[in-house]
Amino acid sequence: MFGAAEAAAGAVEPGFLLENAYVVPLVMAASFALTLAIGKRLGKHASWIGIVSIGFCFLFAVGVNVQWYGYVHDSEHAAESHSEDSEESHGEDTEDHAEDEDEAHAEDGDEAHAEEGALVLPAAEGIGPMVDGESASARGPPTVAAVAEEGEGGEDGHAEYTIEPVTKSVTWWTNGTVEFEVGMLLDGMAVMMLFVVTLISLLVHVFSTDYVAGDRRYTHYFAFLSLFSAAMLGFVMSQNTLQLITLWELVGVCSFALIGHWWEEKPNSDAALKAFLTNRVGDVGLLVGMIILFFAAGQTFDIIEINTLANSGDITHTALLVASLCLLAAVMSKSGQFILHTWLPDAMAGPTPVSALIHAATMVVAGVYMVARMYGVFWNGLVIGGSSVNALAVVGGLTVLGGAGLAFVQSDIKKVLAYSTVSQLGYMVMALGVGAWTAALFHLFTHAFFKAGLFLGSGSVAHAVHSFDMKKDMGGMKQFMPKTFWTFVICTAALIGIFPFAGFWSKDEILAGASQLGGDGSYTAFLVVGSIGALMTAAYMTRCIYLTFFGEFRGGHHGEVSHGTEDHPVEEDHLAADSGHGDDLEAAHDPHADDHGLPHESGPRILVPLYILAGLAIVAGFANVPNSGALSWWPEDFALVFEHLFEPRGGYFPSLTEAGPTGAVFAHPKFDIVIALSSTLLGLLGIGLAYAWYFKGLGPHGITRRNRLAGVGHRILVNKYYFDHLYTGIIAGGVKGPVARATNWFNKHILDGVVDGVGKGAVVGGRFVYETIDQKVVDGAVNGSGYAAEGGGQVFRIMQTGKVQQYGAILFAATVVLAGVFIVVI
Amino acid sequence: MDDLMLNQFLLLSAILFSAGVYGVLAKRNAVIVLMSIELILNAVNINLVAFGAHNGTIAGSVFALFVIAVAAAEVGVGLAIVLLIYRNRKSVDLDEVAQMKG
Amino acid sequence: MVAQNIFFYVIAAVMAFSAIRVVTVKNVVHAAMYLVLVLAGVAAQYVLLASEFLAATQVLVYIGAIVVLVLFGVMLTRAKLGEDVNLTNDYWYVGAFTGVILFVLLAVSLLDHFGDEPLDQANAETQIVGNTEQVSDAIFGTYVVPFEAVSVLLLAALVGAIVLARKD
Repeated sequence: MFGAAEAAAGAVEPGFLLENAYVVPLVMAASFALTLAIGKRLGKHASWIGIVSIGFCFLFAVGVNVQWYGYVHDSEHAAESHSEDSEESHGEDTEDHAEDEDEAHAEDGDEAHAEEGALVLPAAEGIGPMVDGESASARGPPTVAAVAEEGEGGEDGHAEYTIEPVTKSVTWWTNGTVEFEVGMLLDGMAVMMLFVVTLISLLVHVFSTDYVAGDRRYTHYFAFLSLFSAAMLGFVMSQNTLQLITLWELVGVCSFALIGHWWEEKPNSDAALKAFLTNRVGDVGLLVGMIILFFAAGQTFDIIEINTLANSGDITHTALLVASLCLLAAVMSKSGQFILHTWLPDAMAGPTPVSALIHAATMVVAGVYMVARMYGVFWNGLVIGGSSVNALAVVGGLTVLGGAGLAFVQSDIKKVLAYSTVSQLGYMVMALGVGAWTAALFHLFTHAFFKAGLFLGSGSVAHAVHSFDMKKDMGGMKQFMPKTFWTFVICTAALIGIFPFAGFWSKDEILAGASQLGGDGSYTAFLVVGSIGALMTAAYMTRCIYLTFFGEFRGGHHGEVSHGTEDHPVEEDHLAADSGHGDDLEAAHDPHADDHGLPHESGPRILVPLYILAGLAIVAGFANVPNSGALSWWPEDFALVFEHLFEPRGGYFPSLTEAGPTGAVFAHPKFDIVIALSSTLLGLLGIGLAYAWYFKGLGPHGITRRNRLAGVGHRILVNKYYFDHLYTGIIAGGVKGPVARATNWFNKHILDGVVDGVGKGAVVGGRFVYETIDQKVVDGAVNGSGYAAEGGGQVFRIMQTGKVQQYGAILFAATVVLAGVFIVVI
Repeated sequence: MDDLMLNQFLLLSAILFSAGVYGVLAKRNAVIVLMSIELILNAVNINLVAFGAHNGTIAGSVFALFVIAVAAAEVGVGLAIVLLIYRNRKSVDLDEVAQMKG
Repeated sequence: MVAQNIFFYVIAAVMAFSAIRVVTVKNVVHAAMYLVLVLAGVAAQYVLLASEFLAATQVLVYIGAIVVLVLFGVMLTRAKLGEDVNLTNDYWYVGAFTGVILFVLLAVSLLDHFGDEPLDQANAETQIVGNTEQVSDAIFGTYVVPFEAVSVLLLAALVGAIVLARKD
């Protein structure tokens, strides 16, 4: 092999696309500028700028992935031929690998073509792309085939080779000895994210052309989609922490602009502000954490260098611990982790495709991605893999349950999905916390597809009924929109984790990680958390599907509650009143809101993205099938492809063989049939319970009126309304009624109630968390600080004479005094 | 004492600068404030030229020229604003311009 | 060189006195006249620093244009030409404090840092010859872009001043 000799010398050549991947964000940024500049003149065709750009970027990203595949292979190859001198035994393997690579290369290309075909011909009627998707699924496993692992996958017997990340950077400016650089850092996870972000963004672009057609700020919308994609793409390939922070903020700004897209309505602009400000809270942590790392790592912003130093133990554990806790705050805000998650459901005020793009697939995973990116820091700072439970896992675990609980009591379909996203992000963070890095990223990968599919599906439904309220305006949508229904069901199955859909594989890997990793099984608690989460996910998603797609159609009566539904034994009756706010908002923007009575199936530009995402929700899981445990018969070539391709190998990532400064070795969980079966069974149980409750009307409906315990749950349910006013009351008037009186007041207002079994537990928990922690503690703290600031302001306003000269005088006097101190002291 | 020293220029400029700062902060007549700003700019110019001479480079003079141009622009716009204020309030007393009062 | 020093100190004394008078005198027109003295002094210092082109520009632009402009401003705002009422505001002491401390700090740190450094330390011969020529070379060579930017700035200021001051 010619390459071997060359590679052994350490010169593995990345391909042209890999080395020039930095053009991808630049293209999107240019698209943003161009759309803003000439978009207005193009009118309806303004979206083409964005679509063509993102389409180009997607193809580019596919190319990058293909080249990355070859690159990984070459790197491994180089390592092997390098070790040939000492070990003769691997001599034969090399040729096999080469052949594998060629095959996979070709097929990888094929897959790209298949997808491209489906996208380029959006006009093709429904079934065409569907078939395409299915054929892709049949072909799925081999296309993403990879070279064999050494020894059994899952055991730590991997050859210890490194994959050098492809980096490129230019010096932005130099300040003293510190160089500020801009550049790209392409390693496995960046390459993977490149693919995910461009794909989802492309589909969202296409979807949006129909969804926001006729919107008054059409160009503005597409311009910001472009900028958002640019920011996110730049973010994932950031070379240094400074760039990371900058693009992180830019992502936040874009989400602000897009959430508040319809800012004329107060709730929308409020939601945008809330998202932005909540994120700012965490951003402080990000800044502080990165500054700590900058100094701890000897004044460098370079991500690889920081991680390498963290892994080699050159940064003190204290510094790493503080830094990672600060960064955790940033993750909590950006990725909607518990107690700072409140912005995420509110952010559903944005257009639905934006929710799909920002709040399911890309932006909110920025936090998760950041942890994965700085994993050396977290790994050593929080002693992940050690024998004690760490903050990252705890936050993730809390979020899994908190988010899932809250998803039960939402009547807005998008909010169900939003809380579900919160919960799934909790899974990812939890996985990172227990050391299952690959599982976390893999879940990110699969979740991006099926959650985007769910969001777009909900958008498709909402597009038809002009509302997001499942209880008032949906129901029975299955007959009107069968295609949307089936994609939604597929994505739901993937989310629940039904075999063999994507979510099964990734969630199972997380659970296996929670059970097997960690010093002495100390993460078992998170296995329990994850399993309960799976059960709850199954139940609330079934509820969501029931309310949306089954039963009688309750829509078409804008503004009033149909009495036909009130006989139905479901919990929503008494909730209809309180779910009134927030719906019809988006409908109001629709130019053809009233031109048809019954909803009908959406057009191809909405359906084709759904097909593609549903197809990926089916096949994506096979990207990382473990070939250990009960699945050891799985052909090695097709096993753990994801892990093989995208997991970083090198000094900047925790080592698979050598224990780092914390004494823990990075490991992979093995496939455990017990966990896989039990989580699937729990999922099925959740479905069954919800099915029995909603479809069959089984269970003690109306128990809240009869049973005191259930009544408590119900009271908490209704309390949402109460708490909102209570806080206004307390803060504005200083009035606080005793809890008992409030209880009385509510009892009078009870109309009906349903809380029992799984539903009851979840609802009680969810409501409690939502009302007490979320609404009371968090919001209370936020409001309180606001009022404290106002009080302070009232005191200080006396000083504000309005005379600029006086301000200047004080400012300069203070500056001079400080300068004097400076000079005297130094 | 037979050679020009760098410091004598710098100290002279410091006097002008401090006087200018005092004027900007303490005078209530807008025109005088503008004059004080001219003082400050001239102090800077002396520094620029002195350091240019000190280092044997022409850049100091060039920058001083730019500062003069900017100062001309500033005075033009500044006086226009002062005129506007006078026209609206029949006074150029800066103490009366206090719309920012909280 | 001694003659230069004598000139410097005479001019510097006049400038310092005038500068302080600009901000303490109670008549706006007098303040403008003192300002003329300061600006002329600055021009003289430029000559001492071997920048005769700059000195000429200083006279032309500052004394010829800016001071005249200021006087027009004084006239148009109808400041009383006699002894004016109190020109200082109520918190002038803060400004005075700032000015004095600022000067002390500057003086201390300048004396501390530059001490007795001669003005033309390194290469006295390069800077004397053909200063105007050097300036033009620099402006139309190295600094041509900033030069153009400044011209645009002046245009913008021109337009801005007209728009602001126009009566309608």
